[in-house]
Amino acid sequence: MLTILFDGIAYGMLLFVIACGLAVTLGLMNFVNLAHGAFAMLGGYCAYVLVNVYGVPFFASLPVAFMFAAMIGLLAERTLYVHFYNRSHLEQVLFTIGLVFMTSAVVDYFLGSQQRFINLPAYLQGRFDFFGVGIGKYRLLIILVCALILIVLQLILGYTRFGSRLRAAVDDQRIARGLGINVNWVFALTFAVGCGLAGLGGALGAEILSLEPHFPLKFMIYFLIVVSVGGTSSITGPFLASILLGIGDVAGKYYAPRYGGFVIYTIMIVVLVLRPQGLFARGTSK
Amino acid sequence: MNALETIGLEKRFGGIVPTNDVNLKVREGARHALIGPNGAGKTTLINLLTGVLKPSKGRVKLGGTDITNLKPHQRVARGISRTFQINQLFGELSPLEAIALVIGEREKLGTRFWRAFGSDEKIVGEAIALAKQFGLADVLGERTSSLPYGKQRQLEIALAIAGKPRLLLLDEPAAGVPEAERHEILETVAALPKDVTVLLIEHDMDIVFGFADRISVLVDGKLFVEGEPKEIENDPRVRAVYLGERTDD
Amino acid sequence: MNTGNTVQDSVTALKKKRAWHWLEYVFWLAAAASVFLLPSQHALLTQIAIWSLFALSLDLLLGYAGIVSLGHAAYFGFGAYVAALFAINFTGEPITGLIVAGIAAGLLGLATSLLVLRGTDLTRLMVTLGIALVMYEIANQMSWLTGGADGLTGMPVNPVLGIFPIYFRPANSYAYVLIVCFVLFFVAKRIVHSPFGYSLRAIKGNPLRASSIGIPNNLRLIAVYTIAASYAGIAGALLAQTTPVVSLTYIDFQRSADVLLMLIIGGTGYLYGGVVGSALFLVAQKFIGNITPQYWEFWIGFALVVIALFARDRGVFSIFERILGALRNDKAKP
Repeated sequence: MLTILFDGIAYGMLLFVIACGLAVTLGLMNFVNLAHGAFAMLGGYCAYVLVNVYGVPFFASLPVAFMFAAMIGLLAERTLYVHFYNRSHLEQVLFTIGLVFMTSAVVDYFLGSQQRFINLPAYLQGRFDFFGVGIGKYRLLIILVCALILIVLQLILGYTRFGSRLRAAVDDQRIARGLGINVNWVFALTFAVGCGLAGLGGALGAEILSLEPHFPLKFMIYFLIVVSVGGTSSITGPFLASILLGIGDVAGKYYAPRYGGFVIYTIMIVVLVLRPQGLFARGTSK
Repeated sequence: MNALETIGLEKRFGGIVPTNDVNLKVREGARHALIGPNGAGKTTLINLLTGVLKPSKGRVKLGGTDITNLKPHQRVARGISRTFQINQLFGELSPLEAIALVIGEREKLGTRFWRAFGSDEKIVGEAIALAKQFGLADVLGERTSSLPYGKQRQLEIALAIAGKPRLLLLDEPAAGVPEAERHEILETVAALPKDVTVLLIEHDMDIVFGFADRISVLVDGKLFVEGEPKEIENDPRVRAVYLGERTDD
Repeated sequence: MNTGNTVQDSVTALKKKRAWHWLEYVFWLAAAASVFLLPSQHALLTQIAIWSLFALSLDLLLGYAGIVSLGHAAYFGFGAYVAALFAINFTGEPITGLIVAGIAAGLLGLATSLLVLRGTDLTRLMVTLGIALVMYEIANQMSWLTGGADGLTGMPVNPVLGIFPIYFRPANSYAYVLIVCFVLFFVAKRIVHSPFGYSLRAIKGNPLRASSIGIPNNLRLIAVYTIAASYAGIAGALLAQTTPVVSLTYIDFQRSADVLLMLIIGGTGYLYGGVVGSALFLVAQKFIGNITPQYWEFWIGFALVVIALFARDRGVFSIFERILGALRNDKAKP
């Protein structure tokens, strides 16, 4: 029982790390980025190639995966995404689905379509018993890393100049520009960090999320659920939504494997219909 | 008999109260003007009257019937029609199509899905006649989005009038129209039959005094004073409000 | 200044818009001729016709009412399963099957439209996607009824109206599909050029103004959503009747994405976009997809990105635009 809870939290934490970048693009910049999962996949494959092919230590591969996804994200933002900020949602959807298809095809072409596993160091394998609760070492690591990221994110957003600039840029672009904030640069950097975190999450979660070329499409709906159910008024909303979704999904697969997906999608629809601003959004004007 | 009456109408957005206990009475057949400085809550009031916004408190009555709970399109069916301060047109349609659409909806024929649009001679005839009145005859078949601003402004008002309203709400109809064309626009409105009540929301004093037979002044969401144009013109408090605002600009 | 003439011109222009263009006659005659002239391509042509009908149903939503759907396959798949189950349990007469599937999918559309139309367009995207996913899960889980991942087989296909056999007769079956498509195109054309159709355009163009000239926006959108769902259901039923197995691919995300892509390739808002798009798509798939599936996926993605980048003037498809511009009748100023 508690093991399921624990696994669910680990899973939810991963979803959060991957999806928090999407919360910014979708929620704050009002950009429907269906390709967000592609960056997570790229991070995952980056770590896979480093660890399995070049024998780089697992821990060293994580920051590289972050940087790799962030750089590609930055490049994509500056060259492609930037043309779509003021376009209709339909055009954004078409563009980002197109990106997903292209990335999946490229990965499939070079690395094959089968599921890949990253060779984990021996000390991360197995479980230990903690007051009768079976704790997977690897999952514990995920929780620790993700919690660390969450704390750092909160600190950056709340206490740094960049954080206040981002909030200003999101609140009112025009005024932020007037204050001399380079909004384009703030958005680009935020986008890159969001992609980097997705890449890190992809690398960290390759084991749990099953790394294969159609990863972005398979998890697209999960990331969207995190953002739309969690709302985008804070970081806590998506975080709580991720944890709930993670626990719900793991528990669903365990107790009612046949109805898991059905229940999750239905809940998403109900939440969207009843609370279009997200489940945890504070009552905003209108 | 009042064509329109609001009773204790109030709208709050968080801590802001753009409409505060407004008791407005507009007589049947009146050419009533609602004036007030920028930010007085004129447009919010219009949105409450047309049902775009729900009031936090108070009632709206049209010809004695309570319409507070009706949706915008239901209020249109009861005879309220409006224009917008910023043009709200159908860019893809031609003026002829747009006007004919309004007339068709007015006649409750909008759900016909098998009959061809524009095949009803009566509707098309009426649309053409109205378009001519508003100087749109020479651009009837063009896309609305390609029309010059002045024509679009005329169409904005023509669409509202095509609904044959009992109460017409005009939200700054002359906004953005050059001095010379302003009177043209208001002449058409002034020439409407007397069974149409007109409530004009306007910022420009010259237009108001040339048009209205009754004036209400709205300041900070409240009805400040109401009376004949003469009274308002000579009211020192109204002058103070406007003079005060002009120095602010 | 001869205003009398321009008034008359604009009235004629209005009439012309709804009249059949000569290209439409040519197109349908060519389609009819292909039944006799292109026997080797009947399988492909049947596919194109069915996808065209499916894309037409999405065009009613997107092109005329402005509703973006990421889950239109929900109604397509539902119609297909209903048609198959109806044929297995009641009668294999195809027209009856189409009608039943159309009504069933329409009812599903009616029920789900209440969910879809509540939010902003972003929530609409998510809700349409979610509905399709839920339908997929249901079809997957109710394997005792739908065959689950194995698909549903053994659907009887009797002669149409008891006289015209289509089972394993490609030419007949293509002719049958084509006639159904023609009837439904005809009906769609009547609808979009009716006062109802114009009110949809008005809602798409400016919902605020539409409601303030007395149009009940939500009721009209519910109506068109229901009609579109019903069309999609009939398209699904057609595919079920002309292929040996109804499977989960009828209802998956790929199908929703493909139909959206076909429609966008061909262009929205003039009914024939889906025909152009599905023809290009399926022919290209036949050639590129034969090399390797990855190539196909890559180029589809590439096409999407390019179209999205240049969608405003339809970029690389401006050539088509020019030809079809005449069809749409938005000719240059007189």
